Amino acid sequence: MPEHQRPEHFDEVTGTATTGHEWDGLRELNTPLPRWWLWVFYATIIWSIGYWIVYPSWPLISGYTPGLFGWQSRNVIVNDLAGLKAIRGPMADKLADASLQQILNDEQLVAFARAQARPIFNENCAACHGSGGAGAKGYPNLNDDDWLWGGKLDDIVITIRHGIRSTDDKTRLGSMPAFGRDGMMKRADIDTVADYVRSIARLPIEPKADLVAGKKIFADSCASCHGEAGKGKRDMGAPDLTDAIWLYGSDKSAIVDGLWNGRAGVMPAWAARLDDSTIKALTVFVHTLGGGEK
Amino acid sequence: MTATLVEQSPNRRAAKGAGSEPALLDIVKHAKGTAVGSSIEDEPDDESPLYESRRKIYPQRVQGMFRRIKWAVLFITLGIYYGLPFLRWDRGIYAPHQAVLVDLHNSRFYFFFIELWPQEVYYLTGLLILAALTLFLMNAVAGRIWCGYLCPQTVWTDLFQTIERWIEGDRREHLRRDAGPWTFDRVVRLGLKHFLWLMVAWWTGGAWVLYFADAPTLVKDLATLQAPLIAYIWIGILTLTTYSFAGLMREQVCLYMCPWPRIQAALTDEYAFNVTYRYDRGEPRASLKKAAALREQGLPAGDCVECMQCVHVCPTGVDIRNGPNLGCIQCGLCIDACDAVMAKTGRPARLIAYDTDINIHLRQDNKPPVYKLVRLRTTVYAAVIVVVGGLMLYTLATRRSESISVIHDRNPIFVRLADGSIRNAFTVHIANKALETRLFELTVAGVPGLDVVLVGDNVASGNPLIVVNPDQTRELRALLTTHAPLPTASVPLTFTITDSKDGSQARAVDNFRGP
Repeated sequence: MPEHQRPEHFDEVTGTATTGHEWDGLRELNTPLPRWWLWVFYATIIWSIGYWIVYPSWPLISGYTPGLFGWQSRNVIVNDLAGLKAIRGPMADKLADASLQQILNDEQLVAFARAQARPIFNENCAACHGSGGAGAKGYPNLNDDDWLWGGKLDDIVITIRHGIRSTDDKTRLGSMPAFGRDGMMKRADIDTVADYVRSIARLPIEPKADLVAGKKIFADSCASCHGEAGKGKRDMGAPDLTDAIWLYGSDKSAIVDGLWNGRAGVMPAWAARLDDSTIKALTVFVHTLGGGEK
Repeated sequence: MTATLVEQSPNRRAAKGAGSEPALLDIVKHAKGTAVGSSIEDEPDDESPLYESRRKIYPQRVQGMFRRIKWAVLFITLGIYYGLPFLRWDRGIYAPHQAVLVDLHNSRFYFFFIELWPQEVYYLTGLLILAALTLFLMNAVAGRIWCGYLCPQTVWTDLFQTIERWIEGDRREHLRRDAGPWTFDRVVRLGLKHFLWLMVAWWTGGAWVLYFADAPTLVKDLATLQAPLIAYIWIGILTLTTYSFAGLMREQVCLYMCPWPRIQAALTDEYAFNVTYRYDRGEPRASLKKAAALREQGLPAGDCVECMQCVHVCPTGVDIRNGPNLGCIQCGLCIDACDAVMAKTGRPARLIAYDTDINIHLRQDNKPPVYKLVRLRTTVYAAVIVVVGGLMLYTLATRRSESISVIHDRNPIFVRLADGSIRNAFTVHIANKALETRLFELTVAGVPGLDVVLVGDNVASGNPLIVVNPDQTRELRALLTTHAPLPTASVPLTFTITDSKDGSQARAVDNFRGP
């Protein structure tokens, strides 16, 4: 052994050799690792080389070394998804075979459909309707009991499949004309009818508002879609103007804006993107948010 | 503390030679401030290896009080470990009949009359707190008695060493065999020892998996190769760890792998009993004859006759006469060995005993020894154990077999309906921890004239009865609607479920929110 490696000093208390380093009188004990520990350390190094061989490891110029196992993180997810599908299999089959009403009548199927639909809703619908279906200005709140095109199971499923004013052949059509912009109504008349609409919704109106004139304009231009009493018509998607729910707001300015520029919100058709089972689950999900009609 | 806690490195001690000046005296002198030049400096090791090679330990068989305690603990603990999975406990048709079962698949834990759900895992926290504090209390009372008697590493090592002695003979015989040539007999004995070790290890792994499935069924499945792969894998893992830890690594686990020796050294104090060599009695060491001669001349002679029995029986190869050190697991086998020698030499027993350094000094000064069992740390540990244990017992005793939790819809917080009324939606979980189907009535109080509709339960409104299956949780969506204006934007609500049969109730609170 070379001279410089010979231990020069031993600790008095323990009799252990020191490394020869000294800091202000403090010395470092030389307590070597047990032999087996060292072996385990070498074994882990050798083991790690095994990883290079069997798993993807080295990046190449256009790709990487794939490893003998052909492992890919993507395959893991694909397998996991397949496993999940297998677990859900029996219930998914039941869901596919059941009618919407049957699903709603079966406690287990409702729970399954709702659980299935929640992530689908968040992925596809929440962008406009919000994660809880609370909606926003121009995007209906799906939790309430006010439905433009109907809140029965069959109404909802058609809306989801074909959309509203979408590119689908069977889309729901019908829009609020731009009375002002297109010159169908004068500015003063729009003002008058807006006051009338607020009055039938039992909202406060300006004292000088001419409700008689408003009622006449309403009967001439609006009642064909919204109904004589302003209760709306669902086959045209015309909202009930007498209830407490206003998609674009109940301020006079919002109503005037609607009358001047028209309203034609769009919902895409989902039949091309989502399969039938998924749409059924989504329908039940939306129906059970709280506003579903029997 | 007068004696410094020393991390002992066995082969260095061996290199120093057992006959040289007792290291303990060095320690004591040094600690007292009279630093002495080490005599080792003149004979330095001629090698400074990168590793420390292991010194094989051949613990000798010993008889005595502490050995008997160790036997009793070994039989009781291993008996419980291997036998418990086969104990049955009738729970009716809706739950398994195994007294102790961790049912991972259904996320249930069964312990005799207790059945825990995952959300009650805080009992495990309590159990861990109790375990830690019991360990601390043990340590405050008598150092590492956990290590010496109860630690699985000690118990299984003890068992493996017993097998080893049985096959390869006691210390001397074993040493002779190992030093001798590779005879047929030696190979057979070695093979037999490892075979028996593997059998014990295998049975240990086998017992482990039985805690996670119905034991009799799993035993049958394992034997007919029908059991799930994971069971075989776990048996394999535990066979390997038991075999290598208890058979091959033994004291290495205590010396190098276990954190407890380091932790306990920081938790102990000077009044904790430790296996102590009473050097006040033992020093100066002398052989029996020499001691007799010394005494005749009126010179001091210690009781230690340097027979090395205490070292030979030690399962971690420690020389207890060097003072408290990290390798000592406080098993007391050296006490038994020394007592036997003291009986033969006609000196009083307990030259090595559970004692404190303080008492040694008191005796040296001819003062009576002090035993302080009630100290701040023992009192605090005991008090916390009583409080936590009492709290757990109380919650277990008053544990309800039904529970309700409600989650308010976060988005939207409330919904305005077409007629102007306000609706709040909640996700309600009703848990039925009883092993029978139960009917619960749900009532919601706090907002007058509240209309309650449960989605997925085909009862329109009112206070519907909800069926919850045995040992199950049911999730429901509750729609709460009020027509009356709310006094404030947030009104407290109380959800109550009432068992329709025995009237037992559980409550949850939340708020009804409005504009």
